[in-house]
Amino acid sequence: MTLSRRDVLVSGAGLLIAFHVPGKGRAAQMDKKPSVDPNAFVRVAPDESVTVLLAHSEMGQGIWTTLAMLIAEELDCDWSKIRVEHAPAAPAYAHTAYGLQMTGGSTTTWSEFDRYRIVGAMARAMLLRAAAERWKVRPRSLRTESGFVVHRTEQLSYGQLAEAAQRLSPPASVELKPKKDWKLIGKPMRRLDTPEKITGKAQFGIDVQVPAMRTALVARSPVFGGKVKSFDASKARAVPGVEQVVQVPSGIAVVATNFWSAKLGRDALQIDWDLGAGAELDTGKLLASYRELAKAPGTLAAAKGDADAALVGAARRLEAEYDVPYLAHATMEPLNCTVRLEGGRCEIWTGTQFHGVDQMAAAQVAGVPPQNVIIHTPFLGGGFGRRATLDSHFVAEGVHVAKAAGVPVKVVWTREDDIRGGHYRPMYVHRIEAGVDEKGLPQAWRHTVVGQSILTGTLFEKFAVKDGVDAQSVEGAADSPYLDAVAARKITLHSPRNQVPPQWWRSVGNSHTAFAVESMIDELAWAARRDPLEFRGALLADKPRHLRALEAAATSAGWGTAPPEGRARGLAVHDSFGSIVAEVAEVSVDARKRIRVHKVSCAVDCGQVVNPLGIEAQVQGAVVFGLSAALLGAVTLKEGRVEQSNFHDYRVLRMPEVPDVTVQILESDAKMGGIGEPATAPIAPAVANAVYALTRQRLRSLPLRLT
Amino acid sequence: MKLELNGQTREVDAPDEMPLLWALRDLCGVTGVKYGCGMAQCGACTVHLDGKAVRSCVLPVASAAGKKITTIEGLSPDGSHPVQVAWAETDVVQCGYCQSGQIMSAAALLAEKPDPSDEEIDRAMAGNICRCGTYQRVRDAIRRASSMRRARR
Repeated sequence: MTLSRRDVLVSGAGLLIAFHVPGKGRAAQMDKKPSVDPNAFVRVAPDESVTVLLAHSEMGQGIWTTLAMLIAEELDCDWSKIRVEHAPAAPAYAHTAYGLQMTGGSTTTWSEFDRYRIVGAMARAMLLRAAAERWKVRPRSLRTESGFVVHRTEQLSYGQLAEAAQRLSPPASVELKPKKDWKLIGKPMRRLDTPEKITGKAQFGIDVQVPAMRTALVARSPVFGGKVKSFDASKARAVPGVEQVVQVPSGIAVVATNFWSAKLGRDALQIDWDLGAGAELDTGKLLASYRELAKAPGTLAAAKGDADAALVGAARRLEAEYDVPYLAHATMEPLNCTVRLEGGRCEIWTGTQFHGVDQMAAAQVAGVPPQNVIIHTPFLGGGFGRRATLDSHFVAEGVHVAKAAGVPVKVVWTREDDIRGGHYRPMYVHRIEAGVDEKGLPQAWRHTVVGQSILTGTLFEKFAVKDGVDAQSVEGAADSPYLDAVAARKITLHSPRNQVPPQWWRSVGNSHTAFAVESMIDELAWAARRDPLEFRGALLADKPRHLRALEAAATSAGWGTAPPEGRARGLAVHDSFGSIVAEVAEVSVDARKRIRVHKVSCAVDCGQVVNPLGIEAQVQGAVVFGLSAALLGAVTLKEGRVEQSNFHDYRVLRMPEVPDVTVQILESDAKMGGIGEPATAPIAPAVANAVYALTRQRLRSLPLRLT
Repeated sequence: MKLELNGQTREVDAPDEMPLLWALRDLCGVTGVKYGCGMAQCGACTVHLDGKAVRSCVLPVASAAGKKITTIEGLSPDGSHPVQVAWAETDVVQCGYCQSGQIMSAAALLAEKPDPSDEEIDRAMAGNICRCGTYQRVRDAIRRASSMRRARR
């Protein structure tokens, strides 16, 4: 039986709520505990090894270690015996909240916090029962200790019990350890994937070797949406090492014995393209059209009171317009996909964040049932959302090329393909009008958002786009915690379409909404001649978690004391993916008007902490990622062509430009939030606000540039 | 042509102008060295040529013949080079893709300057991009490796 995409989506109803209101629909989803087969998640072997199977992909965020900690906590095994593997694509590994196997939305740790602990507890209970049967005693009289079951002075190792335990059926219910007994959760644990990653042994998708495999590069349209009219491959075929040139829906694939030959072959192709309407695209004109749209309200996303009337009646009115450009993810490992079609099976090796969707897409192209699509997941050389593609384009393309070539093929993207390949964080314009009272506090707030919807026109549209509003376009704006103190507000959205494929990019909508909202709040503070920290405190008076984060970051940054000569500080706090992050940036400006960020003080409240060492790394990394975009990042188009191509013109931060980032973790009893993304969004406004404090120039466009 | 790769002599059949990177990865099966940009912008392909850090993605394989080529696989047999030890202790890696190049650049720096200043570290590492943003821990790990070496002397 072949499952259509539609069937799968309907049966995976978990998508429904969770995708529509990111981070908020999950409570309802989590109440229904999944029935868990522990064998799918952990294997205890006679050689004493304990193998943890990851339902999600390791792309740097550290779940290779974090999820293993959850199992080990309950299993009470020897940490040094833990091995970790990526799980295959299979229904058992569906996301506990979304119902589809995937990695993203900063959801892995909170969504697996129960399941992986339950699995560990189940496995431990089975080992205890196996030991009890061996010794003919009651399981209750036994205890476990670091990989052993102990009975008075006797002990049996987990390895010795593994085979007997495997024959038992899993317990119907288990009791999880109370928090006070945790030995691992909350402790700083070093990464388990370090040994292979510092010796070159770690295998990424691009490193995969399959017998008889060839390497292919695909010539894709130079403008988005273009199609091949005709092509001449005679010169390409003449390149030594080139074996085949085949046409696939995305372009012309050059199949060779190695990358270099494939690249030379692709360079030698002559293709006549039917460029289509995409050839008109120009980001300068697009920005102007977005600004025009922002002058009038769009589709209603959120409202309270009569914002239009309140603005008219306000003591003072301020307005500002902010814009952000297209951004590429530029993962260090360019996209690649290896495919072998053989015996009615489609085997795929690729670093993907979207197993569930990719499996369906590959099945459709290969013409095999989804269960015959086997996805092997090597390490991902960065993800940031780039490998969670709604259209599975790079996986589908890999299958197309393998099918057309009739041999196992690894399709590799060059850096130029990556930077010019679309699937960007979309360009956005925000226009905010605020009416303030005598104290300068906002009483009216009208916010118009303009930018492409990521989910409209995709498989997820009917679940994720409600009444014309893609919740991800306005997340962090429509639900900003500042707005609770504003009596009348109206947030509306325009979602223009064009040929550029939009994509989730680390922190998604928050990557632009936080910049607009936190910049505007700062503008209001300065207009009211109030300290930006004190002003925010007044607006967030009934938000203790936000206040605590703000105060912690401010204190650590020395807020209120004089910064070193020639420097100033700015701050921002943002709530996303269930976590709250406050950041204070300390900046200077050099003689050539370049902005230099020296220090960033972060405070993060993500609820329960699992691995503080990993949280620190994620926050530092997210700040650097966000800062690259704030200071340098922009993809621009002229006559439909992307003007950037590689790291020389799509710049990202390098070591000399990287600030010291300090991270305070504020553990709380709040529901566990995510950590991979939330620290990305606040850095751009924190820096812009610091630049204003230093220069009195308000920068409202990203990347930030002083004139 | 013959390559002196990680202490062994390897015969490769490659056109002279093929970048060393692809000769190593596709012809020798040595995949610890990574492709990131193809134009010496990101440092993921860093290897040592007679002990000096070079970007193998723009170096024609012919110009490496007769020289000692060391990749991450040849830095130490078991991950015990001081830079690797410092990397592990500092918990540097995230996705890990750029780390072979980072480690090779750091090892070349410390071989030349056992006690580098912060500015020297920044300068030596400016050619290695990390999108995960591990820079701060890379810096810390280089300082740690430097002090480990001092302690040994």
